[in-house]
Amino acid sequence: MRHTISLLVENEFGVLSRIAGLFSGRGFNIESLCVAESLDPTISIMTIVTTGNDAILEQILKQLNKLINVIKVVDFKEIDYVSREMILVKVNSEEKTRAEILRIVEIFRGKVIDVSSRTYTIMITGDEDKLKAFINLMKPIGIKELVRTGPIAMARGERMLKIKEKTELKEEANG
Amino acid sequence: MKRTGAQIFVESLKAEGIDTIFCYPGGATLNITDALTDISQIRQVVVRHEQAAVHAADGYARASGKVGVALVTSGPGATNTVTGIATAYMDSIPVVVFSCQVNTMLIGNDAFQEADIVGITRPCTKHNYLVRDVKDLAKIIKEAFHIAESGRPGPVLVDIPKDVSSALGEFKYPERVHIRSYQPTYVGHSGQIKKAMRLILHAKRPVLYTGGGVISSNASQELTKFAEALSIPVTNTLMGLGGIPGNHPLFLGMLGMHGTYAANMAITESDLIIAMGARFDDRATGKTDEFAPHAKIIHVDIDPTSISKNIKVDIPIVGDTRNVLMHMLKIIEDEKDTYKQHHNIAEWIKKITEWKDNHPLTYQKNNTLKPQYVIERIFELTKGKAIITTEVGQNQMWTAQFFKFLKPRTCLTSGGLGTMGYGFPAAIGAQVAFPKSLVIDIAGDGSIQMNIQELATAVQYNLPVKVVILNNGFLGMVRQWQELFYEKRYTWTHLHSPDFVKVAEAYGAVGLRIEADNDVDGILKQAFKNNRPTFIDVRVNPEECVYPMVPAGASLKEMLLV
Repeated sequence: MRHTISLLVENEFGVLSRIAGLFSGRGFNIESLCVAESLDPTISIMTIVTTGNDAILEQILKQLNKLINVIKVVDFKEIDYVSREMILVKVNSEEKTRAEILRIVEIFRGKVIDVSSRTYTIMITGDEDKLKAFINLMKPIGIKELVRTGPIAMARGERMLKIKEKTELKEEANG
Repeated sequence: MKRTGAQIFVESLKAEGIDTIFCYPGGATLNITDALTDISQIRQVVVRHEQAAVHAADGYARASGKVGVALVTSGPGATNTVTGIATAYMDSIPVVVFSCQVNTMLIGNDAFQEADIVGITRPCTKHNYLVRDVKDLAKIIKEAFHIAESGRPGPVLVDIPKDVSSALGEFKYPERVHIRSYQPTYVGHSGQIKKAMRLILHAKRPVLYTGGGVISSNASQELTKFAEALSIPVTNTLMGLGGIPGNHPLFLGMLGMHGTYAANMAITESDLIIAMGARFDDRATGKTDEFAPHAKIIHVDIDPTSISKNIKVDIPIVGDTRNVLMHMLKIIEDEKDTYKQHHNIAEWIKKITEWKDNHPLTYQKNNTLKPQYVIERIFELTKGKAIITTEVGQNQMWTAQFFKFLKPRTCLTSGGLGTMGYGFPAAIGAQVAFPKSLVIDIAGDGSIQMNIQELATAVQYNLPVKVVILNNGFLGMVRQWQELFYEKRYTWTHLHSPDFVKVAEAYGAVGLRIEADNDVDGILKQAFKNNRPTFIDVRVNPEECVYPMVPAGASLKEMLLV
């Protein structure tokens, strides 16, 4: 099973390696990882996509929570959330395909952000299905290079990542 | 008034009430070493290898319950501590290791004696720090001690570059620590505790399975009271020994791979396991699919990651074991009549007594000198009043089986990591903490040679540690596996050892030898009476095995008996 996890961590030297080290040391998977400073400059937000069954996910959440620099861990499994990823795609552009490419980019609300005589570099944002569909359409035209950011996620509605929830998660572990 | 980083370091240790450090100097420690000149309230024990500094700090911590402190130099000094740190980490022992580092400007340049010790120890410390500015030093030291001893204890490393220890700054030791991302849960959830007590009330075949958490939370009195209140039999993990007196009628002995018949059968037949401060390690559970197949499981632990990690738990309770036990005792007290009426496990106790009587711990007596006999005699001669450390292997398992630990913090052994070479420096640490106590390292001829250089430390500081070397000429536990599972091909396990009596004497310690049963009492008494570090070379039967034994991967009920 695939899970999206968000972490609030201290924006300090070495925190990323603690988290990456925890995953590799305990044999957990990381499919993608995004990290950058949050609104509060002392805190970074990390979005990790991982895979594993319920028992593994429970361990991942608990182990992350145990790291001293981790302020809060949220699993989006039981929360309604939105998630978006950005990709950059470099495709072959020949005279006969140029119009077709531009039309597809338009439909997917993407942007051509760089042009050369033989390539287009396209930026698209969206959820996983949309990006997959776009990539599939570009494949026959000829993808030369693809770079993805990995998804970032946020709860829908009023719900927000608040600091005090580290203790709440512990109570959940209590049943 | 401005002070140097080194002076701030010393003042911080004083403010923290640290009375002892185990250390080894080098280029990068010099500022701090110099600042410790004539500081008599901090005893400075200089070891002979940095690994031993951490083991000694660990032994000091286990025996006293206080945080142990080690201080070493950069590069190889720091990397030598890794085994000690990993040992403390696996057994949740509060230790703070200060490693010194090359100048901040040189970090990352492959400078002389530079190692990325913060990176190296990241997975085996509870937390670690690189001090980048002298103004952070006191705060980091305060946090390091707080993290090491609170929650589930563990080792913390603080790396101090040489220019930080020479830089000038203000000294102000913080009174309190607040780490927004670290708030351990001590008080168990009362609803969960009530649910647990309902299960306990109606259980017919309950067993208390307790570990190092009972020792580290100082809960042994509460555990004993709780077991007695409901007559629930208790088994300990290796780390939990001493949590209930080893001669208590409700005590089943250790469980697991070399556990007693009664303990392993009780787990297998139980309908309710009450786990306290234990983590269902593979050496304790055997094959997890067949661990306690008929039982519901209550698990009390301060660390949520230990719960449902190896064995799925029915009632998790996150909290300090002592705190939770006190809460449980209060419920029993408040509902005395209910418990009198409904709690009845007489039949279970009868069955357990049968197991105990029919299959006690034993060994074949065949006119050779048996290691088990030596340990029985150590117990009898000391009346259990000694701090015992062990190395790792057969010596460790026989000690766990045949020395009846009467009190907590008297069994100092590397349980999780299984570090050969732990026992002797740990005994030195324990002896420093308790100069008047009898401290005995029960060793093997293999393990003792992994930190034998510490004889010099023991002699220099006149620490009268006794080392009983159960000398069988083999790496005994590995040999035992070769005997049982590799058709007696003793590849690599036959050891040639030096004359341990002469080695001890060369270092200025006392060397004694036991070669037969009838030497045992006389020589041991002589060793325990003298006030000097002493090696006792005991020539035991070379091919003795540890039994019972649950083969790796088998379930607990599949024991090989004597």
